Amino acid sequence: MSLRRWFWVWLFGLPLLALAIWGIVDNDRLFFATALNGLTLAALYFLVASGFTLVFGLLRNVNLAHGSLYLLGAYVGWVAGEYLGSWFLAVAAGFLFAALMGLLLQIGVFRFMQGQDLRQTMATIALSIIAADVALWIWGGEIYQFDPPRWIIGSTALPIVGKFPTYRLVLLAMAIVIGLALWWFLARTRVGMMIRAGVDDRAMLSASGIDVQKVFAVTFAIGAGLAGFAGVVGGTALSIAPGEDTRYLLASLVVVIVGGMGSVAGAALGAVLVGVAEQFGLAYAPTYGIVFSFVIMALVLAFRPQGILGRRA
Amino acid sequence: MSAAHWRKAMNFNESGRSWSGGRATAPPRPAAQAAPSPLSLGWLQSWRHIGWRHVVVLLAVLVYPWIVPPFFTYQIGGQALVLGLIALSLTFLAGYGGMLSLAQMTVAGIAGYIVAILGVSGTPEISLGWPWWLVVLLAIAGGTLAATLIGWLSVRTEGIYTIMITLAVGMAFFYLAQQNYAIFNGFQGFQKVVPPVVLDVDWRHPLPFYYLALFWALAGYFFIKYLIRSPFGIALQGVRDNARRMSALGFSPVAHRVAAYAVAGFIAAIGGVLLVWYNGLITPGSVGTSWMINILIVAVLGGMRHPVGPFIGAVVFVLLQNFAIDLIDRERFNLVIGLVFLVIVLFSPDGLLGWWDKLREWASRRMAQSRTGSVRGNGWRSVGVAQVRPLGRR
Repeated sequence: MSLRRWFWVWLFGLPLLALAIWGIVDNDRLFFATALNGLTLAALYFLVASGFTLVFGLLRNVNLAHGSLYLLGAYVGWVAGEYLGSWFLAVAAGFLFAALMGLLLQIGVFRFMQGQDLRQTMATIALSIIAADVALWIWGGEIYQFDPPRWIIGSTALPIVGKFPTYRLVLLAMAIVIGLALWWFLARTRVGMMIRAGVDDRAMLSASGIDVQKVFAVTFAIGAGLAGFAGVVGGTALSIAPGEDTRYLLASLVVVIVGGMGSVAGAALGAVLVGVAEQFGLAYAPTYGIVFSFVIMALVLAFRPQGILGRRA
Repeated sequence: MSAAHWRKAMNFNESGRSWSGGRATAPPRPAAQAAPSPLSLGWLQSWRHIGWRHVVVLLAVLVYPWIVPPFFTYQIGGQALVLGLIALSLTFLAGYGGMLSLAQMTVAGIAGYIVAILGVSGTPEISLGWPWWLVVLLAIAGGTLAATLIGWLSVRTEGIYTIMITLAVGMAFFYLAQQNYAIFNGFQGFQKVVPPVVLDVDWRHPLPFYYLALFWALAGYFFIKYLIRSPFGIALQGVRDNARRMSALGFSPVAHRVAAYAVAGFIAAIGGVLLVWYNGLITPGSVGTSWMINILIVAVLGGMRHPVGPFIGAVVFVLLQNFAIDLIDRERFNLVIGLVFLVIVLFSPDGLLGWWDKLREWASRRMAQSRTGSVRGNGWRSVGVAQVRPLGRR
């Protein structure tokens, strides 16, 4: 068994290692800058996908409106930032608004369709169409930019890479902090324990006297809130515009398919793989960038359908 | 599927087996006798089931273009038939195979792109200008092949994962088509992809195009109707209902599912060729998320229980698309279609066909009530149905 695993490691690892060495020798600055860009993109993908995978793991609900929560969170955060004049309040507003939307969705819609996976998913599709159109109605087709504090938007000098936008490093740090916080929440707190128990066996959790609906609502709120949080944070790094919802929905889909559905650690691993692959694709083969993440997804599906860190359903 | 269908499926696939749910059944009939009977029976039954309503519908769709203006022939009739054909592939896949694939529009789009790239378009630097018959054959073959590959990838997981994987595949193709200029001509796509002039008929004109689309829609409809009664179709429905049991019976669920993807891809590819001719162009937008989801909406709107569902759904969808804008702002079409979809998903999982069934049930219950005694008010309508109903029941 372990021999087989080593076989796979070498099969994919050796060519990648060779390519990496060629990349470093050829142009080390480009290589490391691309790697760092990939990691920051991965940080953003992780923030979006962790909420998606959390909701899926517990509720078995493929929330295809997750991208819409990202976009709505970003827009609301932008409005809050304009009126309150503080980027940090914008982040908080994005998180809170998306969390509230998630809570409303779970209590108002999905609770009535427990166990009907397909119907829930189709309802989320319908909601994402409606949300995208309402957002277009209110905010129009313009591109919005956030106004973060001065010290964040400058650049930092790094070895080899040279000047690198400070904000991307902040993003990376934020994703690591959120990831650790999520781990602490799931592993060490009582609610986290309930969520993990629910992922393993929902019926048993309910049988041991815990109000499952409350746990579901909390999980959905956190998952949706993370999407809104990522909306503001990601919108600051790039920008907000219509169409970003499907882009981040695709990112979360690929990330959780690669990493394993329902696993937060899997989302982190998947985000790193997809983000780095996408940036390297963009840097070395510009018009085929998307093909790289797709090839990763196809390979994972072909050889490990449940995802790298996923468990067989 | 009922137990009777199951047993039928088992008997003519391998007559040596006689097992149904662990209980011993009567010894199987001899293979020579059993093999041809379901086929001929299926044909006989399908002919016997042709009632007056089938004749009326057929006459209506044949006469339709002669009594309406060309706009209705082309924009409403032609578009509804083509969309219905693509959605039919999804109905087959989801309704009879239990696999909700969002990539059917992608398959149609791949066929459309092949038509544009190999055939004649407004971008001669990329288009190769091959003869139309070769291009169409290659497009359908290419679409079927792509669908088979997508199927092969997505059948490795089950149920709800299918929708995620097919959505991801379709979106990846959209971004590829949008970013790539060497093959897909990027954001602009291909303009002026027109149907050829064959037999002195310009198939671009509303009337010929309508009949072309009608021919393929009817062909697709009857093909699916035949297929779901064939051994393959019945085994596929068995896989949908209980894959483990079918695999214990010696059927391969994976092979049946991949084959279902291939069949659905074949139909979607035909629809894709017609769609690119209908639009006269193909852009990344035609394979984007909104169109992938529109096909799902068309299929769900009509109902997935019967192959006529997608065509009903397509007519409603196209009518909404063209006339909902009169009621509200033109820009808000997505809001309307999203709300309609939400209402259907929340209140009628079987789509409009489900409402039709409910209506019939309600009518027959009313009939039963009115027959047992208390005839109140409008009795005339009840009499009509009450006379028809018992015949069907007997």
